[in-house]
Amino acid sequence: MSHNDQVLSYPLHYDTALEPPKEWEQLRGQCPVATIELPSGDRATLLTRHEHIKTLLADARFARPTAADNAARVAPAGSGGVAATGDSSLAIPDKGEPHQRWRRLVGKYFTAKRMAALRPSMTATTERLIDEMVQQGAPADLKAGVGFPLPVYVICDMLGVPADDRHRFSRWSDMMLSVTRYSQEETHASMGEFVQYMSGHIATKRANQASDLIGMLIKESEGEGEGMSDAELLTTAMGLLVAGHETTANMIGKMVAMLLADRARWERLLADLSLVRAAVEESLRFDVNHGFGLRRFLTEDAEVGGQVLPAGTTVLCGMSAANRDESAFDQADQMDLGRAPNAHLAFGAGPHSCLGQALARTEMQVVLETLLRKLPTLELAVPAEDLQRMEGLLVGGLREVPVRW
Amino acid sequence: MKVTVDEAKCCGAGQCVLIAPDVFDQRDDDGIVILLDAEPASDQHTAVREAAAVCPSAAIRLDSDD
Repeated sequence: MSHNDQVLSYPLHYDTALEPPKEWEQLRGQCPVATIELPSGDRATLLTRHEHIKTLLADARFARPTAADNAARVAPAGSGGVAATGDSSLAIPDKGEPHQRWRRLVGKYFTAKRMAALRPSMTATTERLIDEMVQQGAPADLKAGVGFPLPVYVICDMLGVPADDRHRFSRWSDMMLSVTRYSQEETHASMGEFVQYMSGHIATKRANQASDLIGMLIKESEGEGEGMSDAELLTTAMGLLVAGHETTANMIGKMVAMLLADRARWERLLADLSLVRAAVEESLRFDVNHGFGLRRFLTEDAEVGGQVLPAGTTVLCGMSAANRDESAFDQADQMDLGRAPNAHLAFGAGPHSCLGQALARTEMQVVLETLLRKLPTLELAVPAEDLQRMEGLLVGGLREVPVRW
Repeated sequence: MKVTVDEAKCCGAGQCVLIAPDVFDQRDDDGIVILLDAEPASDQHTAVREAAAVCPSAAIRLDSDD
């Protein structure tokens, strides 16, 4: 790695699901701007230091590569969903004033206060899901029982889309986020179904003047030149549905697994529930399975840590690696449930920082509080080192989180 | 302590509102930060410092005398 001619194969190998790949420390220390080979065979530049990634993500000149950029491809030919291939039919403005305008149109529905107002209904749903899981008996998969359904119910309710269709969303979502798991034929076919499904919903809402988020966006877009185009509306609705559940569902599973992997962590929370907010942030920071990482396509030269990266470079931001950077976090390899401030990069940074982060935070806090209250005896039903990672998607997570109580 | 916010940089993440709700809010019509108190009392300083440190778009600036 310290030699320029050595190219790392990416994604990196994990010995166990909750421990960082051993290359991270060496990369941050000796090769923070590294050349990697993606599953497609194309080369990209991997960043692993907190400061470098924060600076690049804050640079409004750059955004995620689109199909038109001729950027390094993530997925091998014949595979990859639209989130990996950057399909240009996904029409959301990605830079500058148009992007900011789009973001503010949608972002106002995800403010901290609006999310706090959802807490009572989120708590009731979480209680019901836990009760159902308990009724079925231990051991149970906490990801399937609670982690996955809660965010789906919440985003479906916000968008006014039936949660009964959640198994289809899950499949469409995995297809969109696929790197190597599905063929391009499969992802294209499923995108077609998803577009048709959501177009139908939008048409119904337009006719019925619905009061949910999609209905409100339709209403705001009625005037000439106001709000969103039909294509933007469709992409936004699909994007929110996928982004609104997949990442959080996985993160809930990972959070619980990390907190139970060393039961002293769980005990500390039981003894002091005021730590829940900080514990959620620390779970986000400590997570080593963030996923593929955020990509940025350099449309002009950019300086990173004193080194000039030429225009045309595809940069991959290794946020999980940066979240373990000792120069940004004291005792970065320790999970400190009271850590504050905790400027982790789990939601990115800068103008593209996760739009739904207040929603994700609220969901994670509600799940954690409710689990601590209802199932204080919760524990992992397998040794932590036997937990298995999901592979082949842009988003990272555990396949299952087996628990008992 | 004197607080200033940069509305153009703000990405509406809402972290400041969650951490220091007496000092920050978000506008209903676009989610952008509202500064409620530009010179918060000392019991707010820890929370305000945390909000500034974790703001994902570095949109909160503090000029501190202490």
